[in-house]
Amino acid sequence: MASPRLWLVWRVGVFLAALAPLLYWGWQVAINAAGPEPGRYLLLNIGIGGLWMLLLTLSLTPLTKLTRWKGFALIRRQLGLWTLAYATLHLLSYALFILGLNWALLGSEIVKRPYIIVGMIALIGLAVLGATSNKWSMKRLGKRWKPLHKFSYVILGLVLLHFFWVVRADMQEWAMYAAVAALIMVTRLPPIVRILPKLRYQFRR
Amino acid sequence: MLIKIAKPSDLHESDVTPESIYLSRRRFMGGLAGIGAGLALSGQVRANADYSDVPAGDAPAWLKEKISETQWRAITPSDPEKDAIAPFDDASGYNNFFEFGSGKTDPARHAGSLQTEPWSVVVDGEVNNGGRIALEDFARPSQFEERIYRLRCVEAWSMVIPWLGISLADVIKRAEPTSKAKYVRFETLVDPEQMPGQRSSFSVIDWPYVEGLRMDEAMNPLTILALGMYGRELPNQNGAPLRLVVPWKYGFKSIKSIMRISLVEEQPVNSWQLIAANEYGFYANVNPEVDHPRWSQATERRLPNSLFNTNTIDTLMFNGYADEVAEMYAGMDLRSNY
Repeated sequence: MASPRLWLVWRVGVFLAALAPLLYWGWQVAINAAGPEPGRYLLLNIGIGGLWMLLLTLSLTPLTKLTRWKGFALIRRQLGLWTLAYATLHLLSYALFILGLNWALLGSEIVKRPYIIVGMIALIGLAVLGATSNKWSMKRLGKRWKPLHKFSYVILGLVLLHFFWVVRADMQEWAMYAAVAALIMVTRLPPIVRILPKLRYQFRR
Repeated sequence: MLIKIAKPSDLHESDVTPESIYLSRRRFMGGLAGIGAGLALSGQVRANADYSDVPAGDAPAWLKEKISETQWRAITPSDPEKDAIAPFDDASGYNNFFEFGSGKTDPARHAGSLQTEPWSVVVDGEVNNGGRIALEDFARPSQFEERIYRLRCVEAWSMVIPWLGISLADVIKRAEPTSKAKYVRFETLVDPEQMPGQRSSFSVIDWPYVEGLRMDEAMNPLTILALGMYGRELPNQNGAPLRLVVPWKYGFKSIKSIMRISLVEEQPVNSWQLIAANEYGFYANVNPEVDHPRWSQATERRLPNSLFNTNTIDTLMFNGYADEVAEMYAGMDLRSNY
């Protein structure tokens, strides 16, 4: 998979795969298969989808270290932007389908409800990272770019807190995502970072 | 006045001349029999007309018989346009029943495994006439009534459901409570084999699910124990075979699949109060002025809704049943007794 053409196929494939869930949920709503509250169906699915995108984005760096496959690095910006897209659609679903575009209510809910405040901060953070993900920003920010984009770890924490505060009765689903997030973060601890490339040689043998 | 309670002087279904007698008279009358039968049937069918597309279910014979003797439309919304009955598929496909999972569609998917026949209910505590009673004997002495109630979930959505049930007051009177009986405590079945939600080690609920009512709330004429809905028995995911329905309280008070009813002296600690006392109280009366800490209770989404019409309506004090129940809470601070 060395030719630029094949890399393009890979990136387009990832693009379509990331788009597919949105199309599927939209289709479910269109054929009335999303239950009596289709807005909530979209809200929850897109929210979980956004968390998936964030976890996938953050797993690319350790995967690259583990495998040295160039393909992972090639889709990092794309998946990061997908995370922002899902998060934005999640907020839009809430404003449109749950609050019915009642801006006054949106204003008071944002101020009053801790889980919404946390979600909004995470979304603003994602927007900042999205806006600085282009080459021009990378050049301009220079050495500051990397520390800035490490803020994605904080965002992951905020997203999990947002999710945690929404759960009413069963923590199992949340616990699974939190465990995956913890694993991804552990791969960033310095001793683990040093071990990852060595693991790669182990695999090869 | 938002609901109609039948006056004693109102005609009941039982006052209608049995079809067989009506028909025999018609036959006696000769040639007009065919038309007469047609008219009589149309009257009989009307009570059930809305449920023609509801799956028939699989009720035991005794329950079918009780349902056939139901006093139809005993309580109906005063504005049937605004409070239109939710489609059966929505009422039976969108449930909170954490014994069967925490997703809204989990109960419909997993509750099929619940064995509801035979079923018995333990009536105990401060009563002179308690014991374990087969559901059939528990329900048989009471008249089945159809009650079309608004169901307001604490999660700020609502549906209108036509329940079939018996008066809880009736059941309590039969148990002969002692003077010490101040509250009624209800318990859901515990059976992790049948209830996958109870197998989850991540559940925050300490099984069994427990609910409670003050004696006067339990004796209120609006409070029923439902055994059916939409003209048939309860689907398992809706709390078969026996559930509470307290229409002026948030849905979580209406405990499902009840296997124990105890009359007690002390106020029971209900499950949600145990989980998060700052969010869920003992009373849980529908109250648009007291928000849930995480969301507003001022409005509700009446389901089914659609993407661009959230069908958001104002939540009414006591879910619109204030005329019937507000008196019980006179002088009480409903903000601290949420």
